[in-house]
Amino acid sequence: MEETEQERETVPVPESGINLEVIMKRTKIKWGEFIPLYIMALPGLIYLFCNNYMPMFGVLLAFKKLDVRKGILGSDWAGLNNFKFLFQSSTAFTIIRNTVLYNVVFIVLGMVISVTFAILLNEIRSRLVSSVYQSLVLIPFLMSWVVVSYLSYALLANDTGLINNSILKALGMETVNWYMEKKYWPFILFFCNIWKSTGYSMIIYYSSIVGISKEYYEAAAVDGATKWQQIRKITLPLLKPTLITMTILSVGRIFASDFGLFYQIPRNSGALYGVTQTIDVYVYNALMKNGDFGMSSAASVFQAAVGFVLVVTTNAIARRYSKDNAIF
Amino acid sequence: MNNSKFWSILSNGVMILFSVLSLLPFVLLVIASFTDNQWALANGYSFFPGKWSMDAYRYIATEWDTIGRAYLVSISVTLAGSFISICISSMLAHALSNSRLPGGRILNFLCVFTMLFGGGQVASYYVWSNIFHIRDTAFALVLPNLLMSAFNVILFKNYFTVNIPASLKEAARMDGCGEFRMFWRIIMPMSLPITATVGLMTGLAYWNDWTNGLYYLSQRNGSKYYTVQLLLNQINENIAWIVSNGSTVTVNASEIPSTTIRMAIAVVGVLPVMVIYPFLQKYFVKGITIGAVKE
Repeated sequence: MEETEQERETVPVPESGINLEVIMKRTKIKWGEFIPLYIMALPGLIYLFCNNYMPMFGVLLAFKKLDVRKGILGSDWAGLNNFKFLFQSSTAFTIIRNTVLYNVVFIVLGMVISVTFAILLNEIRSRLVSSVYQSLVLIPFLMSWVVVSYLSYALLANDTGLINNSILKALGMETVNWYMEKKYWPFILFFCNIWKSTGYSMIIYYSSIVGISKEYYEAAAVDGATKWQQIRKITLPLLKPTLITMTILSVGRIFASDFGLFYQIPRNSGALYGVTQTIDVYVYNALMKNGDFGMSSAASVFQAAVGFVLVVTTNAIARRYSKDNAIF
Repeated sequence: MNNSKFWSILSNGVMILFSVLSLLPFVLLVIASFTDNQWALANGYSFFPGKWSMDAYRYIATEWDTIGRAYLVSISVTLAGSFISICISSMLAHALSNSRLPGGRILNFLCVFTMLFGGGQVASYYVWSNIFHIRDTAFALVLPNLLMSAFNVILFKNYFTVNIPASLKEAARMDGCGEFRMFWRIIMPMSLPITATVGLMTGLAYWNDWTNGLYYLSQRNGSKYYTVQLLLNQINENIAWIVSNGSTVTVNASEIPSTTIRMAIAVVGVLPVMVIYPFLQKYFVKGITIGAVKE
């Protein structure tokens, strides 16, 4: 319908005139016509230059012994010393392990949970009920990590927390000093991450499932396929492109951690660093708390470089596998 | 029990559980803010407090100088940030969507490349604070990272390419309509859905942001620009300081609001989003799905 309307609209415009003009412009660019476009592009390009390209040159910082008065270019070279110091410290291993391990768990289990929920949401026949569910599960997505840290604090606080007071005491169990005990934190962080992000990713998968033609299911039902068979033979295979795209995106970001989750939820508690500190939290603490440009820039440049390699690699793999699934 | 009934019960059951889990912590936050402070200290936060109280909100009313100010900053930053963001992203997208623009391919690549590689947080911090000197100014809240992403430019560009017929632009040009006029009077009014979606997502990011303030506003000189989120973060940091140092020497204990007041400030911080959300839910859902669907 829409296409034919658009085509009809193009007809009244004098076609030959346009073509002639296009041909004329091919031969000689009329700069005057494009100047307004360049002016319109300028603010955005200036912003990208300041916010994205200037920091790219800032990676030099990692190879310098920064003297703020002399600036980046004036400071003495440090060679690879910053990286050497970083990787000689025991923190380097901890923060990389934490970042990667959490991400792997979040990617795999996060995907399983949100795809399952998306499939179940698709089974709900009433549109009204379905949209109510969608609204409710998106609420965590709307909150900042600071606010979520208040929610988790209300549950976990040592003296006033709900879990210690209303649950553990009521069951006659010992209360737990949550913000000091490392062993619980992998689970707490996992739960917080799932709580905040599942609604979001569920909606993405759901929108992709809704796009699957109903005819497949009707045909399958006629042939006597059970719901479970329909999910396995129709929904999941047709969801694969979305799954691959989402996986590429997250694997490309496996060296990046959600600063809010790992900084706000454990309330930057030093006792928990062993299991909560990721590269981003380390960079913040090293830079802002200790003013250590050398170590923090080494960690942050390492993160950026590995991230770049990962994005390009995962995309190349996806491209080889199927061109449609690649992002660029 | 037949098959479809089983699936209906299963799916509704799981979804109800999930919805309740999503909502409950927020409900606890609200109830905690209405709990009597002494009762909360003795019995902890609870869904069923023994004693209710409005004291936390009375305190907020008396302290409106600080909190109201933070509110005003949050609102201004959100509005200014998303407005500028929409303007510069859509204009850049408009230029890039013109396939005849000389150098357009290079500009397009420069734009996409920012999504693949960045200099990292430290380099970004160095540039903004030591070259542009935005520390402890209002610019600190608006400029770094949030103002424009190549991703939004691509969303606008795709929308323009798919939904604005080239013939319409040609016709406008032939009638002597200037490029700027055409963009603001014809193209943008035709692109309201994408503008609303991008604007809403950017607005949400600005409202919820606390990292820019964390990096670029110091407690001593930048606190006048604190947003609600930064106020909440500052309360967290002060408490953490006391816990780790075991004393209240350096941080005045009176600066730390009591248990229930903290929760009330958090409620105040999410309230605008929760009030607006039901009306704009459609655009939020759109904003989430639009990124996943490649066009």
